[in-house]
Amino acid sequence: MLVVKDLHVSVEGKEILKGLDLTINKGEVHAIMGPNGAGKSTLSSVIAGKDGYEVTSGTITYEGEDVLEMEVEERARAGMLLGFQYPVEIPGVKNVYLLKAALNAKREAEGLGEIPAPEFMKLIREKLAFMQMDASFLQRAVNEGFSGGEKKRNEILQMLVLEPKLAMLDEIDSGLDIDALKVVAKGVNSLRNEDRAVLMVTHYQRLLEHIVPDQIHVLMDGRIVKSGDKSLALELEAQGYDWLQEETA
Amino acid sequence: MASQEMEQLVQREYKQGFVTDIESDTIPPGLDESVIRFISAKKGEPEWMLEWRLDAYQQWLKMKAPSWAHLDYPEIDYQAISYFSAPKKPEDRPQSLDEVDPKLLETYEKLGIPLHERAALAGVAVDAVFDSVSVTTTFKKELSEAGVIFCSISEAIQDYPELIKQYLGTVVPKADNYFTALNAAVFTDGSFVFVPEGVTCPMELSTYFRINAANTGQFERTLIICEKQAQVSYLEGCTAPQRDDNQLHAAVVELVALEDAYIKYSTVQNWYPGDEDGKGGIYNFVTKRADCRGDRSKVSWTQVETGSAITWKYPSCILRGKHSVGEFYSVAVTNGRQQADTGTKMIHIGEGTKSTIVSKGISAGNSEQSYRGLVKIGPRAKGARNFTQCDSLLIGDRCGAHTFPYQEIGNATATVEHEATTSKIGEDQLFYCRQRGISEEDAVNMIVNGFCKDVFQELPMEFAVEAEALLNVTLEGAVG
Repeated sequence: MLVVKDLHVSVEGKEILKGLDLTINKGEVHAIMGPNGAGKSTLSSVIAGKDGYEVTSGTITYEGEDVLEMEVEERARAGMLLGFQYPVEIPGVKNVYLLKAALNAKREAEGLGEIPAPEFMKLIREKLAFMQMDASFLQRAVNEGFSGGEKKRNEILQMLVLEPKLAMLDEIDSGLDIDALKVVAKGVNSLRNEDRAVLMVTHYQRLLEHIVPDQIHVLMDGRIVKSGDKSLALELEAQGYDWLQEETA
Repeated sequence: MASQEMEQLVQREYKQGFVTDIESDTIPPGLDESVIRFISAKKGEPEWMLEWRLDAYQQWLKMKAPSWAHLDYPEIDYQAISYFSAPKKPEDRPQSLDEVDPKLLETYEKLGIPLHERAALAGVAVDAVFDSVSVTTTFKKELSEAGVIFCSISEAIQDYPELIKQYLGTVVPKADNYFTALNAAVFTDGSFVFVPEGVTCPMELSTYFRINAANTGQFERTLIICEKQAQVSYLEGCTAPQRDDNQLHAAVVELVALEDAYIKYSTVQNWYPGDEDGKGGIYNFVTKRADCRGDRSKVSWTQVETGSAITWKYPSCILRGKHSVGEFYSVAVTNGRQQADTGTKMIHIGEGTKSTIVSKGISAGNSEQSYRGLVKIGPRAKGARNFTQCDSLLIGDRCGAHTFPYQEIGNATATVEHEATTSKIGEDQLFYCRQRGISEEDAVNMIVNGFCKDVFQELPMEFAVEAEALLNVTLEGAVG
């Protein structure tokens, strides 16, 4: 589904990713771990198309398409969605409005018409209930005055409505208490099926207890230095990253 | 000038052989007393009205155009303007929509303006058969049953001279400023509304229903009076961009609210802003003022300003009555080469008076925009309160936003709050929306409309929907 080859990325002239390779197949859940400043968030930002990241060489392909040639919104409509670490506030814009606009943009790209209002409301209510969110939430401005936990739930709610093929989660666990983490994990797990994939970036093994990955990659100094199954997370938890540094040096 | 002197002057000049063919439809460019006499005669006005105009003209001659606004435009040659012209003859106008600026047509399309109205708005020589003829008849009947007077100010001068004499120029004195003096001398039409004591006007009044003569836009004069406990909601303008052959617009609006009266005045201004280089756009110098004369009276100004090359406009409230209330909600959008210097004045005179100012300025392209607001608390305005919120949003890096708040506090028991923000439309906000699949243009519209929400919710329902569509069209291509 997603193939990243020898990706080099610079930010303001400084090279952050230095030849990263990664392949994600349908139905798989991948976790990227690594120390601060290794370039974990850079990877998901580049795939999503954020400004300020210069791809100096390498390729990213998604279902055979050259991702780097696609506009940000095209990537989203094609099914690559990013759950933000710090979702931004948009004053005056109701949550329900953003959700509807996003869903209709996707449907339009798929050649479907706008979703009829009753159908939309039914869908939203169902997803809200699943995420244990109150309906009043729809009438609030996007992320404005939301607690950390509410913001993260909102990111997952959007995913449940938009049903991405490749869900990228950037430190979705940061700032969550254990109850909120369970709800978020439940949401992500409900997205999993044989046609979809998940790429999550995290610092902590804790998240991986709730969303069990098929593969774990350790990102250090702009490259993936080690890949393994879920047991790798426990090793990292116990030993930190230093031993890998030595191993790869 | 004493009226006696005036009379002499009038007569002397008349003796000197003032002759104008009032059958003619147009007079050549230039302004002198004969022009004013011509206009007055053309309207069949009584003598006192002519004198009123001439007095204004004499005062105007001694005045200078204001230069304090943050606006840059070439000096206006007042002798190059024609002060009375009937609508262009059909043969001089575009013969079909094919001859009209395609950009304008595109805009009509996007705003969903009905086909038969597009031609009229674009100035095409067609018999503009508005459906409003029958509408007008029905609604006139309903109004008169309620005792509400709604007519053109020219009619009012003929039919209700006592009301005109009592109120005209009492809120905005003739020589209040350069443009009001000019307007008083040469105004050609406008609206008159009178709502008698205890009556709530049964419908929203709109200039749209008053389209009876073209080209009344240049020097409009509007007077609205609400007697005790009367209420009216008045809508001015329309969302469709209007072409006008007259570049200079200097309108005056006066509102009078007596005890417990409530006037809600909503404007959507969308005059032609000029082409991409700002050529041909309208200069809009407007004086709007409300006098809350009665205790507990209330006036609410809501405006959405998207058009004109130059906007100079400060709808104000004089809060004279005890516990009277003034409100100002404004969205101003500038794009391309537009310049706007706009804001409000809240003059607190009476005890316990209250005012609210919410101003949202959006600048894009190479435009310049200023908010200029005065909150004045007089010595007798015990316990007066003002709240001002003034936000600017910048799109791109070639535009400018400026805020000039003035406060004069003459009573220590008053409470005055001012909040101001300036922000650039967030790259992060745009990215967030686009990452949800929403196009950049839709994302900008969404963010801007969110920014304006506080003001839009003050507009009458239908207007609010139109205003959102209008904003989207105005900001088209502002990003990227």
